[in-house]
Order: sequence, then C-alpha cells, then structure tokens
Amino acid sequence: MTYRNRELAYLIVAGVLTGVGFASVYIAQKSQISSGSLTYAAFFFALYLVAHLVARFTVPYADPYLLPIAALLTAVGLTEIYRLGPTDAFRQGLWVVIGVLVFALALLGLRRDYRLLENYKYLFGLGAIALLFMPLLPGIGQRVNGARLWVHVGGLQFQPGELGKISLIVFLAAYLREKREVLAQGRLKDWGPLLVIWGGAMLVLFATDDLGSALLYYGIFLAMLYVATARTSFVLVALGLFLVGSVAVYQGTPHVRERVTNWLHPWTTGKVYCPFTGGTALRQDCASYQEVQSLYSIGHGGFGGTGLGTGTFTTASGHQIIPYLNTDFIYSALAQELGLIGASALLMVYMVFALRGFRVSLLAGDGFSKLLAAGLTFGFAFQTFIIVGGILRVIPLTGITLPLVSYGGSSVISNFFVLAGLMLVSHRANAELEGASP
Amino acid sequence: MNRQLNRLAIFSVILLVALVAATTYWQAWAAGSLQAKQDNAIQRVVQFTIARGLITGNGKSVVFATNKKQKANGQTLYFRRYPEHGLAAQTIGYSTASRAQAGLEQSMNDYLTGANTDLSNAFRRALDSLGGGTVHGNNLELTLRPGVQKLAQAQLGSRCGAVVAMNPHTGAVYVMASSPTYDPNLIDQPGGYAKVLKIKGDCGDGFALLNRATSGLYTPGSTFKIITAAAALDSGALTPDSPFVDPGYCTEYGKKVSNANNPDQTAETYGRVTLAQGFQHSINSVFCNVGKQIGVKKILDYAKKFGFYKTPPLETPAGERSPSGLYKFVNHRSLLDDPKDPNSVDPGRLAFGQSTMLVTPLQMAMVASTVANGGVVPKPYLVQKVVGPDGSTIRDTKPGNLGRAIKPQTAADLTAMMVSVVQGGTGTAAQIPGIQVAGKTGTAESSVPHVYTAWFVCFAPADNPQVAVAVVVEKQANGFGGAVAAPIAKAVLQALLHR
Repeated sequence: MTYRNRELAYLIVAGVLTGVGFASVYIAQKSQISSGSLTYAAFFFALYLVAHLVARFTVPYADPYLLPIAALLTAVGLTEIYRLGPTDAFRQGLWVVIGVLVFALALLGLRRDYRLLENYKYLFGLGAIALLFMPLLPGIGQRVNGARLWVHVGGLQFQPGELGKISLIVFLAAYLREKREVLAQGRLKDWGPLLVIWGGAMLVLFATDDLGSALLYYGIFLAMLYVATARTSFVLVALGLFLVGSVAVYQGTPHVRERVTNWLHPWTTGKVYCPFTGGTALRQDCASYQEVQSLYSIGHGGFGGTGLGTGTFTTASGHQIIPYLNTDFIYSALAQELGLIGASALLMVYMVFALRGFRVSLLAGDGFSKLLAAGLTFGFAFQTFIIVGGILRVIPLTGITLPLVSYGGSSVISNFFVLAGLMLVSHRANAELEGASP
Repeated sequence: MNRQLNRLAIFSVILLVALVAATTYWQAWAAGSLQAKQDNAIQRVVQFTIARGLITGNGKSVVFATNKKQKANGQTLYFRRYPEHGLAAQTIGYSTASRAQAGLEQSMNDYLTGANTDLSNAFRRALDSLGGGTVHGNNLELTLRPGVQKLAQAQLGSRCGAVVAMNPHTGAVYVMASSPTYDPNLIDQPGGYAKVLKIKGDCGDGFALLNRATSGLYTPGSTFKIITAAAALDSGALTPDSPFVDPGYCTEYGKKVSNANNPDQTAETYGRVTLAQGFQHSINSVFCNVGKQIGVKKILDYAKKFGFYKTPPLETPAGERSPSGLYKFVNHRSLLDDPKDPNSVDPGRLAFGQSTMLVTPLQMAMVASTVANGGVVPKPYLVQKVVGPDGSTIRDTKPGNLGRAIKPQTAADLTAMMVSVVQGGTGTAAQIPGIQVAGKTGTAESSVPHVYTAWFVCFAPADNPQVAVAVVVEKQANGFGGAVAAPIAKAVLQALLHR
C-alpha cells in the first residue's frame, strides 16, 4: 500500500472514532443538543479528506501517521469542547478549517523545496521576537489571566507567541545547521546572533509573564543545541543556568513564588493570605483553587471515566467549576470523562506522534531538515508535558495549550504548521530513500 | 546527529510516560482521597445528581427524608428535604450541599446513594449513569413509630432530655427522642446553622444537634440500683429478702451518706427493711451497704455484662454514640475510666448511681430490656429494611443479642422488685390501669443543690414485656424521677401498647 493509501485508511479510523465521540455526547445530552451535532463529525471527516488530497498531490511520500494523528487529536479536542459549550466548538471548528487551509497552503507553497527557508533565517529569528513582543504594544496588547499573551485587532484575538515558536525553531534549525561545528568548538563570536535572538525571546517572555512559553522555548533551544553540537557539557551548563535563573526569578517575582507554593502545598488546613481578595482563606479555596478542582475532576474520572458528555463541570447553580477548562485545563475534562483508560490512550497518541516525528528527523538527509523536524517534534511533546505535567502536579503549573486539543485559534494554526513542516521533511526524506525525485 | 536524536526521542518518551504514571496515580491511587476532600466542588454536584433514598418510619407512611427535584443546565438535581422538620432530627441527621452529614444520613450514605457494593447494584448503577440517567439510592425503612415519636417529643416539650423506647426482645427502637430538637432543613439555608446553634432549650445549654438519646451522658442516680441489685442477686451474695437496717444514712469512710431528701428537705428513715423494700422505696443507705458488701469490681463487672464500657451498637455514626461507665476529667475532657484499682472508687455512692458513673438513655433502655428479656441483652437497631429503588429488599435486619447478662431467675426477681416500685414505691405515677408496669425511678444530684436529673426506666406488661422505655429530663428544680420522668414513660408505654 502506498503512503497515501495507508494515510486514507487511518483517516477513516479517525473519522469513525470522531463519529462515535460526537454520537456519545449527543446521546448523553440529547435533552440539550440537536442531532445536527452529528454533522460535525461528517464535516470534520470531509475537511481532513481535503487535507489528505492536498498531501496526495504535494507530498506523496510523507509519513502516513502524522495527518491521521493530528485529525484524531483535533477531533478529541473538538468533541470535548463541543461537550463543554457548543458555541466555542463552532469557533474551534472554524479555526480547524483555517488550520487545514494554512496546512494546505504551506504544502503547496513549499512543496518544491522547503529548505529555501534557511536563507531567511535572521528574518525568522527577528520575526519570532517581533511576534512575541506584540502583546506588549499599547493598543493591541491584552492581559488575560495574569499574562500578556494576547493581541487584539478588530474583533480578532490571537496569541502571537504560538507562531513565534515556529519562527524560532526555523531560525534555530538554520543557524545551528550552519554553525554547528564552530559552536561545538565554543568560539564566542559565533554564539552572538544565537544568544541575541534567543536571549531577546526569553526577555520578552519574562516581560509578558508567559512562564509556560519561556520554559518551552528554553527546552526547545536546549534540545536543538544538543542535537546540533552533541556537547553534553552545553546541556549541563544550560541546565545550571536554568537553575540559577529559576532561583533568581523565584526570588524576584511574587507571581512565580505563588505558582511554586501552589504546586508544593495546594491544600492548607489553616487559612492563609489570599492574593485575590486580600483577606485570608484556605489555599484550596483561593490561590490553588483551579489546580485542586482540576485534580478533583481527574480523580472523579477514575478508571473508566464518567463517559463522554456525562462528566460534571458546573456547580448546582450552573457556574463552571474550573476556569479555562476548554483551553489550559482541557486535559482535566478529558480525564474525567474518558477515565484512566482514555487519558492514557490520549497520551499514547501524543507519544506515537512524537516518535513518528523523531523518525522523520532520523531519516532526513540534511542537517537543516533533521534539526527542523527534531525542533518541531520536541516542541510538540515538551509542550504536552508542560501543560499536562502542570495539571498533574509533576511540575509547577504554567498556562499553555495542549497541542491540537485545547480551544484556541493561534494554537491550532501553529500546530498545523508543525504538521506541515514534519510532512514536508518526511516527504523529501522518504522520496530520497526510495530513489524518487521529491 | 542521529545518536543525539535517539536520546532526545527517549527523553521525550520518558516525559510522556511520566504523565501516564501521574495520571494513574491521581485516577487510581489517590482517587478515593480526592473524592473525600471537603472542598471537592465536583462531588458536591455529583451528590445531587443521585436521588438519595427515602427515609421512612415504620409503616412507610411518614417520610423523614425525601428529595426535591430541580432541573438545572440539563441536569436533574435532587435536593434533600425533611418534611417532618424536628421529628427524630438527631437520629435522621442531615446531608447538605456543603457535604456536611450527620445521623443516619451520614452512616447510611452508601446505601442511600446506592454506592453499597453489590454486583446487581453496581450493574444497575452503571446502566443508570450511562446515557445520563439518574442514579437512584436505596430507601431506608426505620423501626421508629412516628406517632409515638411525636408524642414523646411533645411530652419533653422544651425541657432538655431524651426518650428511648424499644422492643425488649428484638432490640427494635420504637422511639428515639432528643430535646431540644432542630429543623434539619435549616442547616443548608443561609444563616440556618447559626440559628440551630442558638437553640438552647429550658436547660439553657441544650445543644440541639446532640443526640441525647445515644450520646448524652447523665448521672444515672437510683436507676443504677437495677445494676447493683442484679450484681448482688445474680452472684448469690444476697436475695430479695436479705434484711437491712436503715438509720437514714450509711457510714462510709467514717462519714454519713444520707438518704435522698423529700421535697420537705428531711431525710427519710425506714428502719428494718428487706433488699426488695430498699429497691421499692429507693433507699440509698440500703444500697450503700450493698455496695460496700459486694464491692466496686462486682458492680462494674455486671455493668459491663449489660453493655457498659462499650459503645452500644446502632446504625447511627459511631461518633454520635457514647459508652456508659465511670468517667474521669482530664484536661477539661471527660474520659471513660475503667479503674485498675477498684478501691479508688467509692462503692457505696456507686451502688446508688452517684459517684462518677455516667450513662446514656439508650444504655438504660437496654438495661430495662435485658430484665424484660429474661436476662439476655438485645442488640438495638433502627433500620428495619433497606429497599432498592425497584422495591427489592437489599437488607432486612435480623434481631440479635449481645449475650446473657444475668440468669433468668435474677431477671424474674428484678421484675418483681420493679413491679413493686410502680405499685407502691417511688414510681406510682407510671401506673396504667389493667397493665402491670415494672419500673425504677432515678433522681440524680447535679452540681446545683435541689436541681436534679430525673429518670424513669421501665417495661410493660411485666408478665409479657412488649416495650421497654428510658426517660431522662435534665435540670429539674426539685423534680424527682417519679414525678417528672415517670408520666412521660407512661404516655409512651400507653401509646405503644395501644392503651
């Protein structure tokens, strides 16, 4: 079977699963929603069929797992978002349409040779900083939930940081490919542009209080530097700097101290200072409320989950229990309704995507492709770890989206760029291996 | 670069596996403790999606606890209502939105929510919850007789005290009244809990939430003479005809311990009497000498056979029941005290129920029941049946007992002595025409002079006992057991025996 026929078969499996998901939400909530919801599944399948056809035309040799996994993840997200609130699901559906469009355009535009991107590396580097800087601009920047991540233009809201991540990975892949030997020797002059752009990115992230992204960028940078230079000492130095930096940030920013306290001691038996009200309250009723209720949601799921559409997310009077449930905390919602079986399966899907991504990187013939695929893949996996690990109290919680599943346009679009990038690299690598002209 | 790529891939897999492990921890290992957290907002809602079982009295016509159905956000929620308000409130308890529970609502929660593990039950529950259906809990059918319960509470009125009535053979509790009472519907209303805390009763410090019937600890006074007499007779130390001389007091440690005062403030003197007569007229000096003769150890050993020093079994939460026995005060807390050295306890005062002996009304009802039951202690119970939502019986309580306390002959002797108390002794106020009532009065001294704890413990008919009753009324100024408590016991007996 050819790559694309296999992809089609997997897509049909993902399509059936989407249908089952929407059907179970519909059965559980038929008093509230119409059978029209089932058309979501059909529409969704049709959308991915279009993406498949574009891939068939542009990247016939690309890895056949990536697109179906992305389809499955967006479907899981869309089903849960739909279950939590049909209005958001409609918007998310639109974003997925735009995402597929972006995916198709990227494949079409770069199908000849994506490696020409290398020539614009500094443009990507500066572009990343510019994108990250946008929320700080007066007039269009907006502060949401303690961090300035949003840009508001007209009626449209987006998080430029998500796209900045892709931009930075392209810059790093190109720069590291070119300078990897000299960097490994440790000549300070060659580090200049790298440190300027990367340092700039980190500074902007701290200025915007976007700790989740700061951690993600740091991780991606370190991973790509390690892959490019093979110098473990760099990793150790960077980890040391990370620790020093963490302590400094912990000392300097009350915002960070609060996160760490919530992480280590989410429950108190006595009343403590509550930064929201200025009074005192049990920490679980105040600062760590979101984390703690999210754990309750996960715990309530137990082994088999409550079932899609039958979980509990609102109080008796109809207020949502966990804020940001369909964005940062969507994993808590999924874990409650799908249970340990479903949540583990979801994590396995991320794992398969990551392993396919690294396989693409391994098979790629040139340094830029390898680094690009590795950066995109590791970013995807590490972002999953940061948000889910934060929710599960493995690490302190920092708000960031769950790739392809969380509600949010910028996140969906940036992850379709990741998908397009991996498929482009994979197509060239597989074509070269099979002796065909890419 | 491939070696580094492989390592990076392994590192990524480790990160994701850590997430699977952490998810497993929260969803399997820690799930139970998360569910039990008081601030768990999800459980607060989940409890309302379950239609808790009804709690009904004997005969099912009177419903103590039911649900009010309410639709919200496509969910059907069930809120608890208590249609009988203060009736048996401390026994039924409450279950609130903030997940506070008390009484049977707390201890029988698993049955009421259908969470009790049983294969068919689990299956039905799973079917109910799939497709968003309502999970129905199981109904409780109590042994309480609502009509008589109402009468008992009316008899107590605003006085602080308790009434326990039970079947002396089976242990089925017919009445469990505690006064002052409160309306469980208030608990969930804004400011309602504070209102409940303000209820004081006539005694001025009545804590309405306390189930006085099972956890109120009172000095038993002369009702304890049943235990002393049981010990003396059953061990063969004395017979009902054993002679005593009553000079109006008893000498202990070189000091005079006087008999109970009459309302006219003079100690009674009886002269030459038998043990039975001493019991009939509740003569303290007689029992003081009995105590000195048989000793503290024997009295306490028999008390234990009647169930003292153990929390009496019942379906209400263990924390809402207290064991009876000697208590000592340590650091402002009273602790159950089983003295290693019996000589540290004053045998004379213990024998007539003063000393540091504290008892619950439930324990005293068990004492009366044991005498009525030929010497075997019945095991008290409140829940007759647990019935599934489909009408099937899930649990039907079989009467049990807590072992033999005294010989049948001792029980018969005690019955005769208790009959004489009502016929011509201190308990004449409990006489019912056409029925022989066996009883014992108690008038326990409190820290305030001439303010007493009034007791009456009885059963009837004496020749074929059907009901045993214990009544206690707190802080009665010059109120003797025979005058204050016996009429309440009489009314309860009449209602239960349909006389």
